[in-house]
Amino acid sequence: MKRQVESAIEKFILLNGVACIFFVVLIFLFLAREGLALFKTFSPLDFLAGTRWYPISTPPKYGILPLFLGSLIVTLGATVISVPLGMACAIFIGEIAPRWLREILKAGVELLAAIPSIVIGFIGMMTLAPWVKYLFHLPTGLTALSGAITLAFMAVPTIVSIMEDAITAVPKSYRAGSLALGATHWQTIYRVVLPAASSGIVAAVMLGIGRVIGETMAVMMITGNAAVIPTTILEPVRTMTATIAAEMGETVQGSEHYFALFAIGLVLFVISFLINMTAGAFLHRERK
Amino acid sequence: MNKIDIRNFNLYYGNFQALINVNLSIEKRMVTALIGPSGCGKSTLLRSLNRMNDLIEGVKVSGEVKIDDRNIYENGLDLIQLRKKVGMVFQRPNPFPLSIFDNIAYGPRLHGISKKIRLQAEVEHALERVHLWDDLKDRLNRYALNLSLEQQQRLCIARLLAVTPDVVLMDEPCSALDPVSTAKVEELIYELKKHYTIVIVTHNMQQAARVSDKTGVMLLGELIEYGETADIFTKPADKRTEDYITGRFG
Repeated sequence: MKRQVESAIEKFILLNGVACIFFVVLIFLFLAREGLALFKTFSPLDFLAGTRWYPISTPPKYGILPLFLGSLIVTLGATVISVPLGMACAIFIGEIAPRWLREILKAGVELLAAIPSIVIGFIGMMTLAPWVKYLFHLPTGLTALSGAITLAFMAVPTIVSIMEDAITAVPKSYRAGSLALGATHWQTIYRVVLPAASSGIVAAVMLGIGRVIGETMAVMMITGNAAVIPTTILEPVRTMTATIAAEMGETVQGSEHYFALFAIGLVLFVISFLINMTAGAFLHRERK
Repeated sequence: MNKIDIRNFNLYYGNFQALINVNLSIEKRMVTALIGPSGCGKSTLLRSLNRMNDLIEGVKVSGEVKIDDRNIYENGLDLIQLRKKVGMVFQRPNPFPLSIFDNIAYGPRLHGISKKIRLQAEVEHALERVHLWDDLKDRLNRYALNLSLEQQQRLCIARLLAVTPDVVLMDEPCSALDPVSTAKVEELIYELKKHYTIVIVTHNMQQAARVSDKTGVMLLGELIEYGETADIFTKPADKRTEDYITGRFG
């Protein structure tokens, strides 16, 4: 009897585990089927390398290069802002802050992660965009830069919490060994602790980037939504995610435009997948 | 001549007194062993000599520890210079997750040496001291954590010697090693005492008998007996020492 219960529980858990993977596979297959359908009527090269996204002109143009570059510039900008900020914050929490402050800061970072992205988008739109407009004397504050700053704040909690875990996981004996050789606290941090935590740090950065590249709502509100190839970070851009969100409601199911949006989704899926793979590889890296 | 003079030294972890009025003089270029049952304070005493206890929250001390006639607990003492002079080998080998070369070069780099040629000379010299040079000279760029435990512990000793200390503190340096490796590390300790003042904490009484010139016996935070190692193990003055070394407790 007991053995049967045991095996039933095992099977139940197995089923759940398999189900999760099964859903991912289904999602991927669905995405692939709908996305790849575009290429029956539209050349993959024109899709990936085309410089114009005019889905409702005749003939329509589905070049995702401006969207891809829009995503890229916003993501790069957000990375440049969030990585140093998040890294400094993680080092402070993990190595320097006294215990009471550490708990407060960790709670604060988690709270930042809990703010819905639409709210961050709101704040960005109402306060950040006017500042950007004023500071740089621009016709509009809805630019790639505003998007990058906004998204940086969404990436910071991910970066901080994973990096902080990696830093805290560095064995105490390394720190003791370093201090016993006459190293200062700071020398110990940057010569031993950070190299020892490097895998986790890279993973944190990758996951932060993953968070940014998949973000939709805030970025749609604040980047100005102009599907043109950006030449500076002070221009409006449109990201791949924002394009799908903005246009999906207007397309006819089964139309070429509809398939094109799915194809963008497929590209995003592949990018996210690669980023997560890289992060995972670094997290589980075995040193030789 | 005394290298280290410990006078009326007390140490508290919060409300718990871990060391009670310890008085001990440690001679230059000798191996001094500290033995005693677990929790007797021998490691704490060892860690007081390079102020590693400072890292633990809530530690308070009173009394003096003089090294070369200077109280290391006086205000304004340069901790970095102290730790350069008084190095430490830990219970478990703790090479940094860096290459062999970078492990040894770590200390010299901290203390301002950056020329590659100087560093190479330091690394070679330090590794020769611990008899690792011949084994490792062709793979200095390998990852240090892939060495055997014995090699790791030797590497840690070499890393320490590269900062040119006077005093070497060893906190149960062989407890993670097998008997053959232990014997080799003990030989090394014996050689090193020509140049360094060594204080070693050990659980292993045979080891204390083998490697040390002087032995201190600790019990519940007190130093109950101190003297020539040969005397401690053959004719202990204190009944408690006798009980401990004959294995009646501990």
